[in-house]
Amino acid sequence: MKYFGLVWRSLWRKRIRTSLTILSVVVAFLLFTLLSAIGQAFNTGGAMTGAQRLVVIDKITIINPLPISYLQRIAAVPGVEAVVQLSWFGGFYQDPNQQFFQGPTDPDAYLDVYPEIEIPDEQLDAWRNNRVGAVIGRQISNQYGWEIGDRVPINSTIYAQRDGNRTWEFDIEGIFDTTDPKGVTNFMLFHHDYFAEANAFGDGFAGWYTLRLAEGADAVEVANVIDTQFANSPNETETSTEAAFAASFAKQLGNIGLMVQLILGAVFFTLLLVTGNTMSQSVRERISELAVLKTLGFKDGTVLGVVLAESILVMLMGGLLGVLLGWLLTVVIGAAIGVFLPGVVVTVNILILAVLFMVGAGILAGLFPALSARRLTIVEALARG
Amino acid sequence: MSEVLADLHDVSRVYQKGKEKVEVLHQLDMQIPAGDFIAIMGPSGSGKTTLLNIIGGLDRPTSGLVNVGGAELTNMSNSQLSSWRSTHVGFIFQFYNLLPVLTAQKNVELPLLLTDFSGKERSKRASIALDIVGLADRAKHYPKELSGGQEQRVAIARAIVSDPSLLLCDEPTGDLDRETADEILRLLQLLNEEHGKTIVMVTHDPQAAEFAKRTLHVDKGQLESRAAA
Repeated sequence: MKYFGLVWRSLWRKRIRTSLTILSVVVAFLLFTLLSAIGQAFNTGGAMTGAQRLVVIDKITIINPLPISYLQRIAAVPGVEAVVQLSWFGGFYQDPNQQFFQGPTDPDAYLDVYPEIEIPDEQLDAWRNNRVGAVIGRQISNQYGWEIGDRVPINSTIYAQRDGNRTWEFDIEGIFDTTDPKGVTNFMLFHHDYFAEANAFGDGFAGWYTLRLAEGADAVEVANVIDTQFANSPNETETSTEAAFAASFAKQLGNIGLMVQLILGAVFFTLLLVTGNTMSQSVRERISELAVLKTLGFKDGTVLGVVLAESILVMLMGGLLGVLLGWLLTVVIGAAIGVFLPGVVVTVNILILAVLFMVGAGILAGLFPALSARRLTIVEALARG
Repeated sequence: MSEVLADLHDVSRVYQKGKEKVEVLHQLDMQIPAGDFIAIMGPSGSGKTTLLNIIGGLDRPTSGLVNVGGAELTNMSNSQLSSWRSTHVGFIFQFYNLLPVLTAQKNVELPLLLTDFSGKERSKRASIALDIVGLADRAKHYPKELSGGQEQRVAIARAIVSDPSLLLCDEPTGDLDRETADEILRLLQLLNEEHGKTIVMVTHDPQAAEFAKRTLHVDKGQLESRAAA
């Protein structure tokens, strides 16, 4: 610690240059934190042990729908407390870039499977009784300013009505909240029956089934029974956790995990070049000063350590700030896309990895300048200075 | 006769410049008694600075023996030489060589970072050294806020803060006006006479050399001695 003052003051020799370098580190670690959280959500398999709910999808691809007849057969499996059908409607309100989740479902079955969803009884009754009725989450209500009684047009990118019209109109009959502190309310639910009757593809299918396990039921066993039941049929199933389901859903976009890794690789490669260049310049500018330190009795290893410490300190300052900002951004983004992709959170593993990267990148970026400082010959360096 | 602090025997230093070998010091013998104040003069390229560097353990002779304060420098590793320098020698350069990012106080404290002293003790010792050179009131100033003479005083404080027995000065007044140079030389005299420091000073300036007890002349890598006027 006694060298900290020397390291700190040396670091700020060129304030603007150091500030810009730290800024580039901030951006790199902000991206690292955010993309790691997203990438991790994509790669989450979700341990079945302790799962409360399971999702049944087509074994080959989630794009393939499952027969609606599966609903009753899944409900009959021992250990299944409740089951509900859902589909990806792919709708947006006015702006195609503002997609949110709308799910055709069964009102009572949905609330059986998702007991944390709260909706006043009179609103639930109104929804039950209106074939084109829908309920929206509090976040959607706040976002679009929709109130009970509004009629809202939703354009589906997937499902046209039988007359070819892609605009579906729904009456808002209720606004729901959730008792789950980590839950989200940025989605909309409407009647599966209406969807099945009106869409151009016809009825008899659902995108997937979500089931709630009975208390004490073994998730792995229930999943096995369901998948075995539909084995060797035209629509084989794969039953997994909600997290794994969300991840496989989002993976339709492409190999997100690989993309995240490639982006982070490019970011860190650039970061190493920027910081390494800064440190090299810094060492070149003070060759005579480093020679003076050696003259005073600083050993080669100590001089190497001082230069490396500067590099690591730059990474730590920028990195910790970047991680903090990335964390805040992850909280915001995680809440926004939670319904599509749950589990976008900054975990302890990401934090540990970030600190290891900071130290590692600091060592890598500072290594060559530090080695050249270590190799300096006092007499030659003083003569050059 | 005074105890011998530094003893150089048959010292040669040869540099390789491209394909050519340049002998800067040639079989040089020299003894420096403890408490002496020696000025070393000679033409450019005569080997003055090389001699100073070898006495201070900054450079190694190609052949010969160098013993300073009982330590055989030629047998030491780089690491041992570093440790030895930190406690036995103080260096004063023509261009002061202070670290611009540190205050005068922190510059003076630098050699003490290599000791086990606490921060408080380092600060106290640096303050005493600055007081000796008459710059106690400039402790918080950065080098760019000091005059050349003041910078050299800070450099002297840095050289004496770890209480070495030997001060090596390479053209310490070469960048100063006459009046300031004389102040610095009087300060070196004070350190020699009052604090018992042995001083070896390389200089081109005959007036500066007059402040020393004796002057040695180096020419073509060899030494000739004359009594000071």
